[in-house]
This record gives sequence, C-alpha cells and structure tokens, in this order.
Amino acid sequence: MFVLVEMVDTVRIPPWVFDRQLNDAIAEELNKKLANKVVYNVGLCICLYDITKLEDSYIFPGDGASHTKVHFRFVVFHPFLDEILAGKIKYCSQEGVHVTMGFFDDILIPPESLQQPAKFDEAEQVWVWEYETDEGAHDLYMDPGEEIRFRVADEVFVDTSPTGPAAAKTDAPAPPGQSTAPPAEESGEKKEAPYTLVVRTGTICEPGLGLLSWWNS
Amino acid sequence: MEVKNANAAMLSNYEVFKLLTDLKEQRRDAGKSKHSVGQQNLNTIMYETLKYLSKTPCSRQSPEIVKEFLSTMTHHKLTKAEKLQLLNHRPQTAVEIQLMVEESEERLSEEQIEELIQNVADVLPGDPEEEKVAAAADAEMDEGGDQS
Repeated sequence: MFVLVEMVDTVRIPPWVFDRQLNDAIAEELNKKLANKVVYNVGLCICLYDITKLEDSYIFPGDGASHTKVHFRFVVFHPFLDEILAGKIKYCSQEGVHVTMGFFDDILIPPESLQQPAKFDEAEQVWVWEYETDEGAHDLYMDPGEEIRFRVADEVFVDTSPTGPAAAKTDAPAPPGQSTAPPAEESGEKKEAPYTLVVRTGTICEPGLGLLSWWNS
Repeated sequence: MEVKNANAAMLSNYEVFKLLTDLKEQRRDAGKSKHSVGQQNLNTIMYETLKYLSKTPCSRQSPEIVKEFLSTMTHHKLTKAEKLQLLNHRPQTAVEIQLMVEESEERLSEEQIEELIQNVADVLPGDPEEEKVAAAADAEMDEGGDQS
C-alpha cells in the first residue's frame, strides 16, 4: 500500500525560523509542502520518512532566507497493480460504486467490474448483486458505510497544474471598473481528481472480493 | 523538485503506523506550531491514516513479530508482494489466501494452504474483540452439544 520515494528539492527557510535546528525546520517545510498532496505519477504523499543528505545552505542576494538542497525519502500511498485493499463504500452512482479509505477517497468500481449480474437500483441509489443459487435469487445490496475488499485494476493520474487563462472566454471586453470574472459554476469547470484508483471486485473466478459481510459466515 | 526513485522500497502498514504514531508523539511534545495553517494538511493526513491503520492487524504488530513472520514465511516460497499482503491483511480463510497468492491452486496444495493459514494465525496477533466473540460462539456450541 505504501512505498518509500526518494526525492530531491531545494527548501527555503525564512529568517524568522533560523533559531530552530536546521533538520527540524527542513522537515517541517517538506511536510508542509507535500503532506496530503498528490505528486503526478508518484502517488499521495503522506509524511516525511527521513532526510538522507543535506547539502550546503546558500543565501541569495535580495532574499534573507536560506536555500538548502535536500535529499529525502517520503512515505507515499501508491498501491501496486492487483493489490488487495479494504475500504468503505461512500456512495453508489450510475458510474459505479465509490469507495473511500478515509485518507484516500477517489476509488471507483465501474459497473462492469462488479460481481455479475449487477443492477443499479434507482430508487435507493445502490448497486445490487443478484446472486443466484439453487434456492432462488438473493439480492445483495452494496450499502454506503459497508466494508468492502477490492483489487486494484488501474490507476489514473491527471495533471491538475494550473493552465493559462482560457482563450477568449468572453466575447465583449468588459468596460474598466467592472469585474470580468466568469461565474464559478461554468459547465467547463470540473474539478478532476489528480489520482484515481480504478478497482474491481468481480471476475469470473475470484471469490472473496466485495462486501466483507458476504464472505464472513 | 525531482523524484529520484519513485519505488525505492515497499513499506508494511506496521512501519507506516509506527512512523505516524511516533510523529504524533513528537508533535504533541513540540506544541505550538501544529495548528498553523501550513500544518493543517499534515494533521489531516496523519489523523485519517492513523484512523484507518488502527483498525487493521498492523496496529497489533511489533518489529519482532514482523521478523518472526518473515522467517516463518521463507519456506512457503512466496514473493515479496504476497508476503506483504499477508502481513497487512492477516487472512484467516483459504479464500483470502487465494486472492493474495497468485496461482495458489498450482503452487500450494490444500495442506500447505492450511499450514499457511495456521502460521499466519499463530505469528500475527489477531483482533482480541473478534477472538472473544469466536470463543463465546464455540463455548455455546459445545454447551449445546453437551445438552443434547
């Protein structure tokens, strides 16, 4: 589930923090910069593991702060392909079942990866596994809040770095003195998750995945 | 910022749990800076991750247990990823073993799977709550057998 990632970065320590030990100040800055953030193609950064090397600190003209190149290792959440994980169902929608692990939310089970046959109950907004036995069909509901075990099928990294101003959004230039900000609810503005896990619970011969309550007698 | 090695090492849940618990102790003693705006992200991720990990088997493990587990697992000939999953999840049924060990039907016979489950249950501590419930259920079944 978690991996160690070796990184190098230049850390800026402002002068008012010079009374603290350099290692502590740098650790705090690195955590401030990376904790709970997704690094593109790396994963969700959790916290600093250790500092492996500190190079010399420099002060540049015009800036009172010191700049230090730091080699360090960071704990990152990055499950490997086909890893088994456990989480809770957040909610169900047409796109599939959304699962959360508390610290990481963007986990999706697309409908084709659920145990088949599965159907979406519109009234209750839940996905249902129609389990057939000799006695008849049982409907197993995937309710929110239920613990669920799943296998990682795919991961999607989206680069959410800010892009330049949108080209020619408004036709007429606004007269000076008036705000030109477009309304926030424009259809083009969707917040994409920087890191999504696409997982599955159902394959032809894979018992054991899905709600824990289905398998624990 | 440059990423030198995106996969330098794999960490078990126990290692991350221990790291976060120690970091929490350290920050509790240090005091003043943890509520500043910049530290909010670290607080959030630490809290959520600790909350998740404390409900998994890793919260009951220790370095000695992990070492003992790895030495017990050597003769089963499992890959590193499989041993890591067994350590993190502590499977109790053959179904769970089949999920975590690839091609388990070909590589392990039924007795070997049973032996694996037994080893896992012996070396890794289980949930005391669950074991209490299981023991109570067993006791009831025994009593029912005696009465009839």
